[in-house]
Amino acid sequence: MRRRVLPGFGLSLGLTLSYLGLIVLLPLAALAWKASDAGAGTWLHLFSSARVIAALRLSFGGALIAALLDALAGLLVAWVLVRYRFPGRRLLDAFIDLPFAMPTAVAGIALTALYAPNGWLGGWLALAGIRVAYAPQGVLVAMAFVGFPFVVRTLQPVLENLDREIEEAAESLGARRWQTFTRVLLPTLAPALLTGFALALARAAGEYGSVIFIAGNIPMRSEIAPLLIVQKLEQFDYAGAAALAVIMLGFSFVLLILISHLQRWSGRWAELPA
Amino acid sequence: MQISNLTRHFTGFAALDDVSLSIAPGEFVALLGPSGSGKTTLLRILAGLDYPDGGNVEHEGTDFLAAPARQRKVGLVFQHYALFRHLSVRENIAFGLRVRPWRTRPRRHDIVERVRQLLRRVQLEDCGDRFPAQLSGGQRQRVALARALAVEPSLLLLDEPFGALDAQVRVRLRRWLRELHDESRLTTIFVTHDQEEALELADRIAVMNKGRIEQVDTPEVLYQHPATPFVCEFIGKVNKVPLTYRHDRLAASEWSLPEAPWADRYGAAMAYIRPEHLAVAVDEAQPAWSARLRHIYLAGSVTHLDLHVTSMDQALEADIASEELASLGLRPGMDLRIAPRRAVVFPHQHGSAELLSELRWEWRDSNGEGRDAGALAPPAPALSM
Amino acid sequence: MNAIVMRRASAWPQRTMRAALLLVAVAFLVVFLLFPLAVVFAEALRQGVAAFLASIAQPEARSSILLTLLVAGIAVPLNLVFGVSAAWLMTRFQFRGKALLGTIIDIPFSVSPVISGLIYVLLFGAQGWFGPWLDAHGIKVIFAVPGLVLATVFVTLPFVARELIPLMQSQGGEEDEAARVLGALLYGVLLCNARAMGEFGAVSVVSGHIRGLTTTMPLEVEMRYNEYDYVGAFAVASLLALLALFTLAIKSLLEWRYADALAAHAPGGH
Repeated sequence: MRRRVLPGFGLSLGLTLSYLGLIVLLPLAALAWKASDAGAGTWLHLFSSARVIAALRLSFGGALIAALLDALAGLLVAWVLVRYRFPGRRLLDAFIDLPFAMPTAVAGIALTALYAPNGWLGGWLALAGIRVAYAPQGVLVAMAFVGFPFVVRTLQPVLENLDREIEEAAESLGARRWQTFTRVLLPTLAPALLTGFALALARAAGEYGSVIFIAGNIPMRSEIAPLLIVQKLEQFDYAGAAALAVIMLGFSFVLLILISHLQRWSGRWAELPA
Repeated sequence: MQISNLTRHFTGFAALDDVSLSIAPGEFVALLGPSGSGKTTLLRILAGLDYPDGGNVEHEGTDFLAAPARQRKVGLVFQHYALFRHLSVRENIAFGLRVRPWRTRPRRHDIVERVRQLLRRVQLEDCGDRFPAQLSGGQRQRVALARALAVEPSLLLLDEPFGALDAQVRVRLRRWLRELHDESRLTTIFVTHDQEEALELADRIAVMNKGRIEQVDTPEVLYQHPATPFVCEFIGKVNKVPLTYRHDRLAASEWSLPEAPWADRYGAAMAYIRPEHLAVAVDEAQPAWSARLRHIYLAGSVTHLDLHVTSMDQALEADIASEELASLGLRPGMDLRIAPRRAVVFPHQHGSAELLSELRWEWRDSNGEGRDAGALAPPAPALSM
Repeated sequence: MNAIVMRRASAWPQRTMRAALLLVAVAFLVVFLLFPLAVVFAEALRQGVAAFLASIAQPEARSSILLTLLVAGIAVPLNLVFGVSAAWLMTRFQFRGKALLGTIIDIPFSVSPVISGLIYVLLFGAQGWFGPWLDAHGIKVIFAVPGLVLATVFVTLPFVARELIPLMQSQGGEEDEAARVLGALLYGVLLCNARAMGEFGAVSVVSGHIRGLTTTMPLEVEMRYNEYDYVGAFAVASLLALLALFTLAIKSLLEWRYADALAAHAPGGH
């Protein structure tokens, strides 16, 4: 067995497992226990509460829309960054990761300041009659903001490795530019696009800090599920908080399974045995 | 098709330098040359993937380069197949037909039928529903060819299509491609750096070097009558013997060229002698080099003799028919008298190493058989064993 | 028509299309990404540099900075050790359950920050598993610094491991491998630190918002914002934004040096 050849198996295994056990598994176990301990009443209340349902719908539905927007914008940006040469390209490329590096609270207040009715962008949008800050739309903007880099960063390597000859072949066979794009490039990009989409979705659904400032947090309208959990905690409704957390985790889990299936299907031609 | 004066520059060098070539309908032309010779650039220009800086191409009376790539009715096959990995073999082949605009698009049934025919033609009937990742290199290239043929092109362009394949597969596909061509009579331009391939496949070969065409001829003429020093060295094997002007003749130690093609205008020249044109048992009465036979390589019907001429301190190679080995009693270490029977000679530019290919001169020993025991008709070009 | 002229003519529609796409993409990036960054500094300096500096110098701000540094100073090294250990384990040995282990390491990435904080409350809070025991011994975890550290450790756990594992898997064993591994390590630590200092949701849940005691910089930002001290909020925020810029700069530097080694990673977020 290979384990004996290199030193440190026992040590690294022990360290890793105990660390993970303490930091990750134990607390999650506490969550599972608390949620299961919650009693039918708590669960029933949660499932029937219109407020809870609205919050979940906003968190997950909003994340879906935001991730879709990210996918579209991310595709455009990744394409431009990879295919075109222009001054400042590298600088702009570095800034793609800004939403990653920036603390969520900072992003939260910055976005609010931008899109508030008296903000740089909010002012213009108000003229067009669009409200962003303190409305569900603001939630979408914040979610899109934090999810954006995921799409670009997963697409870039795939775009960079695209074989130009494939496009040339398509062209020589008579395909127009948009046909080459839809019939050849998009299918090739689909798995990566879906991966980026899934990552953005997962991030956006659980997002808290960037969202709560711009949202307005009006129950039933712009209140996200994580905020509900916080409120339950503040009311010492631990059981309710745990149950809601488990519901959120459940949703995320199901979503991610669905997307991973979608990914595998769209990329099935890549993994075929020779 | 008439290609005239094509020029294409990239930063710092000329990929194509005043290239002209005419191609007859149904002809199989090979563009042969080392990397950087411009052959791929020429092909890409014909395909529409690149445009020249100067010159034009005429085809059936029209300006060929005026149309964009997708309207040129050109079939293109790449070295690395460039198959659409996310589509099945069938869908790959049908691609060109499916992207046609509405009006010219064949009906679905017709497309299916055409794909079926092509699959049969390339002998891949069972692979229609497989994906490129599941095919071998040779199979993939056949799919690529079928895909190119599906759109019924008037010109087939192949860019080193067998370069990525194993030697055996390459040879098999080569023969198969030639059969396909003989059947279809489709004008084909084939780029390669492998002279064996070119000599075997093409009706005519354009030998290219540094952006220029050195010679365009049939394989036989190219081999027997190379026009430039580059062609001499690139095609087949050749001995290079430097000659200097002595006593009214161009000579190399004991042997001299019987004729004086440029009188005394050039003091130095280079003679290119094919191995099969070196006689190895020259009669005492004739001028010849004294050479030691170092090695004998028996390779099927031809034997290669590794010779060393002491007076010139030069190694030469001679080819003889293997049957002659015994009759000549050749053994390693023997001393032989050898002399060329045929040569292509180029003079040196005064005081430089450059050879003047315009002043090419072909010499053939008019005393043929009977004169010396070793004079032989040159065997067929011994390129592959 | 001459082919050269043809080439130029047919390139125009394509060129304008390219220019348009480029313009849209760049404009989008500027508005979407750069404006938020700019507005942080604009708002922080709205009342002038003096007000900005005064705001930072306030005791709450100073203690929040110190606390942030402390928490990160504990969490990052812990996760560094873990990351190296986990990467060593995953890439040098064969054993069953490797995939499962990998998934567990990735869990903090996919969990909402609030939930990340919640689970520690459930463990160490007054009603938690260890609540009564901790209370009996007078140890405060939740609403105290240890809780902050734990929550931060949780959310930043995967960063170092995620950067190291793919790199160490494809090792050839040459000298430049050591440099690349170090580069990946540095990169992971950098991301880990950025997240640790900037974490909001998880820390918010476990902190209790006790000013001067359990308020990290992000929490201080929130508190000031809720008190309508906008300049104050943005002032502290701008410090964090500077940290973000610094992280980006080092990251870019590392990438430009070790481009292939760090390609295609999707770091997590808050």
